[in-house]
Amino acid sequence: MKKHTFWKAAAVLLTAAGILFTAATTVASAEGKLVIQGSTTVLPIAQKAAEIFMKKNPHVNITVRGGGSGIGITSLLDGTCDIANSSRAVKITEIQKAQAKGLDLKPHVIAKDGIAVIVHPGNRVSGLNRKQIADIYTGKINSWSQVGGENIKIVVVSRDSASGTFEAFGELALGGAKVRPDALLQASNQAVASVVARTPGAIGYVGLGYLSDAVKAITVDGVEVTQANVLSGKYPLSRPLFMYTSGTPSGDVKNFLDFVMGIEGQKIVREEGFIPLK
Amino acid sequence: MTYRKDRRNFRENLYRQLFAILSFASLAFLLGITLTLFREGLPIFQHVSLPSFLFGKYWYPTHEPPEFGVLPLILASAMVTSGAMLVCIPLGLGTALYINELAGEKQRAVLKPLVEILASIPSVVYGFFGMAIFAPFLQNLLHLPTGLCALTASIILGVMAVPCVCSIAEDALSFVPRSFREASYALGANRWQTLVKVVVPAAGSGIFTAFLMGTGRVIGETMTVLMVAGGAAVIPRSFLQPVRPMSAAIAAEMGEAPVGSSHYHALFAIGLILFLITLGFSILAELLSRKFRAKLGGSL
Repeated sequence: MKKHTFWKAAAVLLTAAGILFTAATTVASAEGKLVIQGSTTVLPIAQKAAEIFMKKNPHVNITVRGGGSGIGITSLLDGTCDIANSSRAVKITEIQKAQAKGLDLKPHVIAKDGIAVIVHPGNRVSGLNRKQIADIYTGKINSWSQVGGENIKIVVVSRDSASGTFEAFGELALGGAKVRPDALLQASNQAVASVVARTPGAIGYVGLGYLSDAVKAITVDGVEVTQANVLSGKYPLSRPLFMYTSGTPSGDVKNFLDFVMGIEGQKIVREEGFIPLK
Repeated sequence: MTYRKDRRNFRENLYRQLFAILSFASLAFLLGITLTLFREGLPIFQHVSLPSFLFGKYWYPTHEPPEFGVLPLILASAMVTSGAMLVCIPLGLGTALYINELAGEKQRAVLKPLVEILASIPSVVYGFFGMAIFAPFLQNLLHLPTGLCALTASIILGVMAVPCVCSIAEDALSFVPRSFREASYALGANRWQTLVKVVVPAAGSGIFTAFLMGTGRVIGETMTVLMVAGGAAVIPRSFLQPVRPMSAAIAAEMGEAPVGSSHYHALFAIGLILFLITLGFSILAELLSRKFRAKLGGSL
């Protein structure tokens, strides 16, 4: 009986100490507060990087939010975030807005994103140009015979419309056009790859990390999809991923960007399926 | 003495209260979920009108400007569900009839647990089986462009719902009093005539309840359709076409829809539709099974 009371008391004391400790650290970190907002493509990198960065620098408290590239840039200009994630370069209208406010948007390329177009290994077609890919995905081309293959119906496989890969493919390959409504929408890169591997007439697209012998990556505009071609920007379905800051970064913002572009940050980039800069 | 009695009363009361709270907890959850569905689903109608939401033909939730037409998703659910019931009703009812009326003790001892095991297989395993084995098989057999289509989903879902339909139908059959069968035999009817003309009609509304419960189970099933239905948000015109049922759309898109966006609210509104449909089926099933019990009880 006595023993129980002792443990209870100990538990209460420990909990109280825990609460006090948490409260104390929260107060202390209020000065090292960092808000990152923007592109959902960059979001997984930023989130993972923030987690590890915060573990190493307990005085910094980082909040990472999505919303899309546009929202990120807007809130950077409004001063509600410190770093804007963006999967595209800033638009002229955004630069004008920044100038009107006397701000200077500084781009920092943190990774490259490349999307491979894949077909069934038995498919004769080994390359397409961007126009053909767009026509296939929007429904203007229906058979492989129209692009130099056998007379089989093309089965269009796409990612779910809410995914970052879909967004990137839509911009880079389709120029914002709508994917035909009867396309098979798959919930992950892996699912796209396995459907394409099993379907002789299929075409799909995945991040570079998901290529395997089970599918055939085709050339786009005659350029092979390799890390080197994506890094150099020669491969058409590739793009840089940015973190924008207002003016030259300093303090915790600079430390965080250095971390993302350093060895550990670039390891996260690779783990999340993007292409590291080095 | 009185102290002890008081204490016992107090404890009894305490347990009573405790269990009352526990049993009302599920009511609280139901209320909470219903409220959330309405609160998060209704805001979508500030962006689109109810008719253009329900009857819109295009589902492009992330396009600029977005289109929120859920007709393809509703029709896909209806199609896959009706297909599944075509598979499930003969299988489930046949199994129930055989187990309850025709099988000997030994067969029953094997069959019943087997059907129950079918119910305990996780739906993701069904989905995996459908995706990796059954869909490629159908694709080769029927020379389809892809095996991920409404037919595959219907067959797999139909098999999944067999245990549910079978066990409820079997319950209904076992409710039919022995005297009914004996009277039938006494009048010179054979086993088949007794089964078709006496037992099944007597258990009729109970069997119908089984179908309704099966339908409710199939329409809300998510993992399997997400994996085998193909996921194309297009108005289905044939069973050999990829489709995107409502539950699959919610499961696939909710993770990446920004909280509070119109896409998010649209997905909740789809959830609301799904909830109202299954609620309708459950209420109908409950009413029917009450009627069924009353009928058999009254005629005893």
